[in-house]
Amino acid sequence: MSSMSTTQQPIARRHRRTALVAGLAASALVLAACGGNTGEEEGGGSSSAGEDTISVFGAFATPLEEPWDGAIHAALTAVAEDGAITYEHVDDLATADEMERSLRDIIATENPDVIVGDAFAAEDAVREVAKEFPDTAFVFGSGGKEQAPNFSVFDNWLQDPAYLAGMMAGGLTKTGTIGVVGAMPIPEVNRIVNAFTAGAQETNPAARVTVSFINSFFDPATAKQAAEAAIAGGADVLFAERDGVIAAAEENQLPVFGMMVDQKDQAPEYVVSSLVWNMRPTIEAVVAAVEDGSYEAQNLAEYSFLKNGGSSLAPINTETAFEIPADLITMVEERQAEIEDGSFTTPVNEEEPAGSTTVGG
Amino acid sequence: MDFPILAVLAATLTIATPLVFGGLGALLGERTGVLNLGIEGTLYAGAFVGFLVASRTDSLAIATLAAVVAGALAGALMALLTVTLGVNQHVAGIGTTLLLVAACDFTNRLLFGGGERTVTVKFDRLFSGGGILAQYPMTFVAFLLLAPAVWWVLRSTGAGLRLTAVGENPEAADTAGISVARTRWTALVVGGALMALGGSFLTLSVLGTFTLDIVSGRGWICIALVIFGRWKVWPVVLGALLFGFFDALQLQLAITSAFGSVPNELLIALPYLVVIAALAIRGRGVRYPGSYLTPYRRA
Repeated sequence: MSSMSTTQQPIARRHRRTALVAGLAASALVLAACGGNTGEEEGGGSSSAGEDTISVFGAFATPLEEPWDGAIHAALTAVAEDGAITYEHVDDLATADEMERSLRDIIATENPDVIVGDAFAAEDAVREVAKEFPDTAFVFGSGGKEQAPNFSVFDNWLQDPAYLAGMMAGGLTKTGTIGVVGAMPIPEVNRIVNAFTAGAQETNPAARVTVSFINSFFDPATAKQAAEAAIAGGADVLFAERDGVIAAAEENQLPVFGMMVDQKDQAPEYVVSSLVWNMRPTIEAVVAAVEDGSYEAQNLAEYSFLKNGGSSLAPINTETAFEIPADLITMVEERQAEIEDGSFTTPVNEEEPAGSTTVGG
Repeated sequence: MDFPILAVLAATLTIATPLVFGGLGALLGERTGVLNLGIEGTLYAGAFVGFLVASRTDSLAIATLAAVVAGALAGALMALLTVTLGVNQHVAGIGTTLLLVAACDFTNRLLFGGGERTVTVKFDRLFSGGGILAQYPMTFVAFLLLAPAVWWVLRSTGAGLRLTAVGENPEAADTAGISVARTRWTALVVGGALMALGGSFLTLSVLGTFTLDIVSGRGWICIALVIFGRWKVWPVVLGALLFGFFDALQLQLAITSAFGSVPNELLIALPYLVVIAALAIRGRGVRYPGSYLTPYRRA
């Protein structure tokens, strides 16, 4: 495996002010640029990662700390630890030109079998590069369609656990109002919020769901304030599509549902459950196809569905400060079983939810 | 349902708190003639260092102190660049912000990368259930201690007069025996500490955790507030309250049925539109501190 480290140039010590200024300015620039640092995983786990092992490169538009790309990175890391792939990655490719340059660089220097990433902010650029390198499998998070012969798309299709969490929320609310705080009304957020609302409608036809958008993927202080506003508006159960809401739920001692990973540890007495995205089935499907030579461009959406293990409702918290009715849990479990065996399909609705939705009214 | 106006007012104070810390911190520097665009990074450093130390010590006192120290160091860096070395203030400030944000993100990845998000101890609200007074301790500090203190120092103490003298006419101040460099250094170091306190409010009071982009442009709002407040303490505080009020108001209106037909984007833009409108009205013909943006060198 090639090393990505670079040799550091020793800087001669000089006693002139200009040198110090230049150094400080340069370090600021270097550190800023380091956002897009190339990381290397202990891919393959062992030194036996031979030429037969599929090599995967992650190219992410956001820092890995962002939960969306974090979920993809976690799945790739897990698959690499099992020895099925070798995995390297680069993150924080915030602009389309950074993403494009990085993709060309990755292909020129590493030439991996598969590149996984998110294309939302750089859709045209990524597709253009994919067209030029038809022998590399491009597997990208995208709101668009697949592009033959090599560009596959996936997305966080969490409507199944969202629906189940909504059922729980509908059963838990006493005021009849549930507060949802989301990023912004884009399809991937809308379908989760709408499925959550539909679930609440099933267990509580009179429930009112208020939906706040903070117009940012990362502003937890504002998300918390939006949750406080929902509480002031009567909400007594919250859904944290964004970070920050759980803190509001804990302070006000209200049930809350988390997102992307099991967030129970953030408020062990108040997080009822979380919508969990598991990218492993998607990755494994791609790796298997590349391995036997059958890979072609496809929409990988269904690998994120609950029935395929791509998403789940985290284990329901049994140590909450409030009681969760046993029959409510039973209802949710029954519905989950129906989703798993295919007898129930969660409706997918990507329209923008109204700010204050009266469900079933 | 009645419109929860008390909740909106309570939220106003919470939202305004970091802006008061940051705004007054920026005001101190600017009154001596130095614009500190390192503010966004200094807020970020305060938020991160406060969180980091809280996670290691479980002590809010030590964490708050650490944030203050981090902010003072950030202010010292700014002072080194702009006062001692006389670098262009815009470049030095933006460089400082880039450096601090990247350094915090880098450290965050090294120490907290992967796995569960770390949640630390955080301040409880005082007067819980007390309506508008159910606030974090630092909110009381901002409005009842800090703002009157800065106002008093600037208006009635020798240090305050020296600060203003340096900002208005450094040559005259220098002739009168006031050290321009020392005055500006002090203002930037104290100002940086205040900014970092504002940043630590987000992690140690509001959230109990740290995420990337946690400051989300609040530092730039502070810079606008100082101009809106014409470098005077109470108008800056008023500006922070105004922004906080419209932000709280839009969050509440967004989920109020009667406003369901108003586009969400318009509501979200509301507090920013108010700030721009306020600047357009109040910001015209403002008289900047005499030595604004100008490094001082003896002739």
